Amino acid sequence: MHAAEITDPPAGPPEEAEPGDIILSARGITVGFGSKIILKDLDLDIRQGEILGFVGGSGTGKSVLMRAILGLVPRRAGRINVFGYDLETATAAQRQSIERRWGVLFQQGALFSSLTVRQNIQLPMREHLKLSQKLMDELASLKLELVGLPQDAGHKYPSELSGGMIKRASLARALALDPDLVFLDEPTSGLDPIGAAAFDMLTESLSRTLGLTVYMVTHDLDSLHSICDRIAVLGQKKVLAIGSIDDMMSNDDPWIKSYFRGERALRRT
Amino acid sequence: MAFLEKNTPPAFRIDARSPDHQILCLSGDWTVSTLAAAEKLVNTIKLDRKLTSVQVDDIGMLDTSGAWLVHRLRAALEFEGQRVDIVGADAERESLFSQIEQHHPPRWRPETTSFSILGFLELTGRQVVEVGKDSLRMLHILGSLGAVLSTVLLHPKRLRGIAIAVQFDKTCIGAVPIVALMSFLIGAIISQQGGFYLRQFGADIFVVDLAGILVLREIGVILTAIMVAGRSGSAFTAELGAMRMQEEVDALQVIGLNVTEVLVLPRIVALMIALPILTFIANLSALFGAGLTTWAYLDIPPAAYLNQLQAAITLETLLVGIVKAPFMALIIGVIACVEGLKVGGSAESLGHHTTMSVVKAIFLVIVVDGLFAIFFAAIGI
Ligand SMILES: Nc1ncnc2c1ncn2[C@@H]1O[C@H](COP(=O)(O)OP(=O)(O)O)[C@@H](O)[C@H]1O
Ligand SMILES: [Mg+2]
Repeated sequence: MHAAEITDPPAGPPEEAEPGDIILSARGITVGFGSKIILKDLDLDIRQGEILGFVGGSGTGKSVLMRAILGLVPRRAGRINVFGYDLETATAAQRQSIERRWGVLFQQGALFSSLTVRQNIQLPMREHLKLSQKLMDELASLKLELVGLPQDAGHKYPSELSGGMIKRASLARALALDPDLVFLDEPTSGLDPIGAAAFDMLTESLSRTLGLTVYMVTHDLDSLHSICDRIAVLGQKKVLAIGSIDDMMSNDDPWIKSYFRGERALRRT
Repeated sequence: MAFLEKNTPPAFRIDARSPDHQILCLSGDWTVSTLAAAEKLVNTIKLDRKLTSVQVDDIGMLDTSGAWLVHRLRAALEFEGQRVDIVGADAERESLFSQIEQHHPPRWRPETTSFSILGFLELTGRQVVEVGKDSLRMLHILGSLGAVLSTVLLHPKRLRGIAIAVQFDKTCIGAVPIVALMSFLIGAIISQQGGFYLRQFGADIFVVDLAGILVLREIGVILTAIMVAGRSGSAFTAELGAMRMQEEVDALQVIGLNVTEVLVLPRIVALMIALPILTFIANLSALFGAGLTTWAYLDIPPAAYLNQLQAAITLETLLVGIVKAPFMALIIGVIACVEGLKVGGSAESLGHHTTMSVVKAIFLVIVVDGLFAIFFAAIGI
């Protein structure tokens, strides 16, 4: 499927989404800093339950797009529809319920440095739900285990963690409220191949068991091949192509060709 | 999948099958949004037969948190010797439960903090040790500052002129308006209050002596030092602290640069140049403010004010104040840099050390001013 064939965004109140329904749609997104335009007229759809891999050269604006969708970077133009709400017209209460239902793993982790990992995971629960301390502690330890961190990491501060542990702890925080949609910005960069593969398996199993929709910026060809249902390529300020890995392998765009069928890509087989 | 906003509250029903067997039917949504209600509900469930089947197919929505509650209930029953099985789970829920079953949380213990005399003593001891270490750190910075200064004197090219100029611009030029305004007001207030009091004795004119000597010897330099500690000292601490948090200080070290030479020296040198200048400006501005109020309130014309001032103060009076400024600058700078380099990994520690930097600097500035007063009295100035 090509970016041009995208249908209109879904309108109206949110219904129970079936797998394959469009959970997030972005239309005509334009983002720039000063006189420099990073994204221009970009369209994107994310379907319920899929793992969407996002690739693109360094500095093409993958993180900027993610931040624009999350509302952290102002857009010059464009509309974003998440869970059936238009982000522009959503009321404060609707926005809050949207924010409860997405989780974000930032490229640098963005853990709160003055809280321990356990407190970081419990922060969204503490703010949004009224749970007993016992239950929160149990859930935090469950999330820790889910992302593959040892229990004693829970008492550490972010500055005492390794790079890979920061990614995992940050994922645990993103998963704290059992979100429907998670944004992962380069989750496996900086992990050893075994850790990266485990992270991929984790993402996939979460997606399958919880119906989690995953938007994942990644450069990891293994993740792209093994777990992504669809892959979107960012280039020339818009989504160059979107489709399955097979579509990418047969795409003739020079950048896509060298990315998926270049020397480095071929060496892995 | 918690897609809907409207949650149906969780509920349960117990069906007895035989004297030994009961069925626990769970229904409603068991998600993170209904978790608080679900936890209360689970605490009220009483099961007393040997075999329990937990039926989960009536559950509307289930996520890891809800599944954890069900699992916890089951584990508690099994711990008491009952047999429990989960029935009616489809493939997805099956895998969710099997994932959670692998989780064995550590026994939950509420965190308790109790006050004890021992803890208080321990805290005091730690703080004493910390004070000792702090003095050591300050001596260390002073020592390396001396070492760097001596190399710079031998190789003047290594003095970072531009860095010093930049810091000077920030600490001195930027501070001029606020320091001038503050001293103007203080000078005006002193002479107004003093003037009203002295007028009772018909000694209004001596308010000029009072303001002149007080401002030049003490107030000018102290207030400027306090302002600079709050303005530049906190900035130094925050800058160095943020650099430490981002590992920039470590990067400097491995590149082979001397942290004291690159970061500390320019700041302290700039501050030591800036503070005397700022003090001088503060003095002028305070005397100007004093002149205006005496004119307005006590009808002392500017010419008479200047005459009286000339008689009251000498160059020595001015120098007594100015000479203290570089020492205070050194104290402020050293404390700010020591605190900045002590910042750990967290934002909280950055805030803590910035506060400590300002508090310690202001405290020491006043202590040192007192020492100077004793010293000057002893040598009769
Ligand atoms: N806050 C900002 N101000 C100015 N330019 C920015 C800002 N954030 C990102 N950029 C620019 O946007 C471009 C895309 O950045 P980014 O999305 O981080 O790249 P990547 O695709 O590697 O994640 C880069 O050229 C970057 O310099
Ligand atoms: Mg990026």
